[in-house]
Amino acid sequence: MMTLKVNGQTYQIDAEADTPLLYVLRDDLKLNAAKFGCGLGQCGSCTVIIDGKAVLSCVTPLVLLEGKQVTTLEGLGTMSEPAPIQRAFMEEQAAQCGYCIAGMMMRAQALLQKNSKPTDDEIRTELQPNLCRCGTHMRILRAVRRAARLMDTAELSPSNQGSAR
Amino acid sequence: MNAPVILDRRRVLAGGGALIVSFSLTGAFAQDQAAPAAAPAPKPPGSLATTPYLDSWIRIDADGSITAFTGKAELGQGFKTALQQIAAEELDVPFASLKVVTADTQLTANEGYTSGSHSMQDSGTAIQNAAAQVRELLVAEAARRLDVPADNLRTEGGAVVAPDGRRLAYGELVVADMLHVQAQANSKLKDPTTFKVMGQPFQRVDIPAKVTGGAAYAQDMRLPGMVHARIVRPPSYGAQLIDCDSSGIEKMPGVVKVVRDGNFLAVTAVKEFLAVKAMNALAAAAKWQETARLPKQDDLANVLIKLPSQGSTIFERSDPAAVGRKTIEASYTRPYQSHGSIGPSCAVAQFTDGAMTVWTHTQGVYPDRAGIAQMLKMQPSSVHLIHVEGSGCYGHNGADDAAADAALIARAMPGVPVRVQWMREQEHAWEPYGPAMVTKLKASLDEAGKIADWNFEVWSNTHSMRPGGAGCMLAAQHMAQPIAVPAAKPIPLPEGGGDRNAIPIYTFPNAHVVHHFIPEMPLRISAMRALGAYHNVFSIESFMDELADLAGADPVEFRLRHLDDQRGRDVIEKAALGFGWQRGQKPPPDRGFGFAFARYKNLAAYCAIASEVEVNRETGRPRLVRAVAAVDSGQVVNPDGLTNQIEGAIVQSMSWTLYESVTFDDTRITSVDWQTYPILRFDAVPDSIEVHIINRPGQPFLGSGETGQGPAAASIANAIANATGKRLRNLPLTRKRIKDAIDA
Repeated sequence: MMTLKVNGQTYQIDAEADTPLLYVLRDDLKLNAAKFGCGLGQCGSCTVIIDGKAVLSCVTPLVLLEGKQVTTLEGLGTMSEPAPIQRAFMEEQAAQCGYCIAGMMMRAQALLQKNSKPTDDEIRTELQPNLCRCGTHMRILRAVRRAARLMDTAELSPSNQGSAR
Repeated sequence: MNAPVILDRRRVLAGGGALIVSFSLTGAFAQDQAAPAAAPAPKPPGSLATTPYLDSWIRIDADGSITAFTGKAELGQGFKTALQQIAAEELDVPFASLKVVTADTQLTANEGYTSGSHSMQDSGTAIQNAAAQVRELLVAEAARRLDVPADNLRTEGGAVVAPDGRRLAYGELVVADMLHVQAQANSKLKDPTTFKVMGQPFQRVDIPAKVTGGAAYAQDMRLPGMVHARIVRPPSYGAQLIDCDSSGIEKMPGVVKVVRDGNFLAVTAVKEFLAVKAMNALAAAAKWQETARLPKQDDLANVLIKLPSQGSTIFERSDPAAVGRKTIEASYTRPYQSHGSIGPSCAVAQFTDGAMTVWTHTQGVYPDRAGIAQMLKMQPSSVHLIHVEGSGCYGHNGADDAAADAALIARAMPGVPVRVQWMREQEHAWEPYGPAMVTKLKASLDEAGKIADWNFEVWSNTHSMRPGGAGCMLAAQHMAQPIAVPAAKPIPLPEGGGDRNAIPIYTFPNAHVVHHFIPEMPLRISAMRALGAYHNVFSIESFMDELADLAGADPVEFRLRHLDDQRGRDVIEKAALGFGWQRGQKPPPDRGFGFAFARYKNLAAYCAIASEVEVNRETGRPRLVRAVAAVDSGQVVNPDGLTNQIEGAIVQSMSWTLYESVTFDDTRITSVDWQTYPILRFDAVPDSIEVHIINRPGQPFLGSGETGQGPAAASIANAIANATGKRLRNLPLTRKRIKDAIDA
């Protein structure tokens, strides 16, 4: 048994210590957003945020996560109350099949939390580890830029959605 | 989903009248009035021709809820949203007031595969016409009940409204089998100028779940009591399992069962990562005998041409008056390429009381059902396939194989739902690739700089080994009593496979086009987005630039010089205008401009693409800086969806064109992950892509999901030639090949 904090809640996890976080999220916690893409840390579709940093959950074993804060896409907002990054991806229609998109959004979210006004080059550099096969890249870039604007506005309001620890 | 109309007794009784009315109404449809006995009745359009009953497509419940049904599958192309727009438009109801149910062998029509950019043409047309005819039936029924001539009635918000304000909701009007009537050949379609829903950029219905962690994919399914399975695939094609002591594996934590059937080897566990661990242990325990049988990768073009092939002339035109003065020839090649789905293939299957249910992201629930039924020696009626979205497939990837894997394992574990997901290296090593191809072109210019004769030859495997027969699926091939891979067949023209888009759309006085179909398949291959059109358009449109150069002509003007098709000319002019293409233009240093055009299959959407590419002369590294596309896909249903498809086509085709080839040694596939099969990443994404749509109100839908692949490849190749002065003819146009050409 070990303790894992995900999206603000504490869970007791009964899994072997070498189990990658991705399988704990999907299998034990029934969370859908983080996806299995390669299991090798090459594609980014499993990206989540741990203590403010974008992390590849498919190559991060459970044993390293004691006491850390994990945030998945589900922790940012919901369909009825989407976080700025989620609103931005909806408004830009930034998906085709969408399988890679949750990972893209988490990496972008981590970037925007530490740099609220990234340049286009900074966004591209940050997203470099994440693959999209449908070729939705132009829209993903637009959505990240839009999310930055939305978060800028959201900071002025008291209920700032979508902050990941 | 909604059950078919459930009616109370009073409504059923009232329904007798409605049924009579629906038959007496047939005069409303022009084609029905005086069908002479001898003449065969014209068929209704789209997939209504094969599935004619209106209630196969549109159902209205007593509470007014509406469902449209399609036998096609949402593959991430946004087509479910487009169909909802079409149905809403022709039924005259708000977009949000209806649902679309996609491919399911117990609910929807058999529309074969979701492939070939056919969804809008087949299913969209069927739903459009079915919805229009349903609306006519509802109006006629309201006319009867209100005793008002149908022409005086209008529809609005899911109701028929009389001039005096009386309303009858659709749910009230539909009774009993009223919609269980065969479609007529002609429909009273709405005037496109009155469209409120079609032609608008409605947001996609599937995106909210996908960006909030909703259950959106087969990969996200969790059934009660479900186990996780992993497959241990052979290390190479044809490898034989000679020994496997699995006794230790079954004692591993969480492991439920090892399933072995000949060379088919799998393990199930209660948790997913325990299944992965058990798979690794099982793979280590398995001893395989392998055979070196793969061709030489660095001599692929010669290997292909030397394989036995069946040549046929597919196009011939002759005009002795046109005489060529200057002749050039060239050969172009394409390697095997991967679909490379980001999510490895997945399926869930459950075998209960002699019936098999499979949830799968296959492109064809009915053909896949036939294959699985054959593999399991079951009646197709006892096998139920339900499409659930998966990661984008771009053709025939591992989806059908994963469905067969899940079914074969589930049969060994009655009652237990089994979820299979492939590993990354399995998807890369075992998916059926886009076939390698070779083209040879030769053409002459006359004295006026026009093409006098044109010769085109293409060597290719078939471009579809999709199931239908079980022998197309790995599990069936690997069983102890294997089912043989069926003989490959070329896909017939006019759509074609290896010869798709091999016939030029341009008008040449002399033309000769030969398709050399190669039955033998050294690597496992099947349908990949655009099939042969990707390489044939790359070849034709590259060669057109070579000929324009020979003629001293501007590439855009040179294409227009040979093109009669007005809609084709329009997209070329639109793309050129949007790009700022100028005769005699000079690109900035180390940059080049390129242009290319095609009409997909010569019968679907038109697409022209202008591009600007930057080439680093020191490293050879190319980068697409910007692209401007123009597309004509007939009547536009969702312009943003169409734009998304074309943007994606350009970016994906750029990745194929600049980076991608499957690699192998004499025995094994060696491109097994994203390190060994690199694809485009964000540093190579263009600064901008513009898509200009030429809408054709009232014209038939023209499939557009694949129309960009060929033109994007050729446009980029032409821009690289323009930037470097060197023509590259072998795909992919890698940094090294460009650098070598610059240095040559």
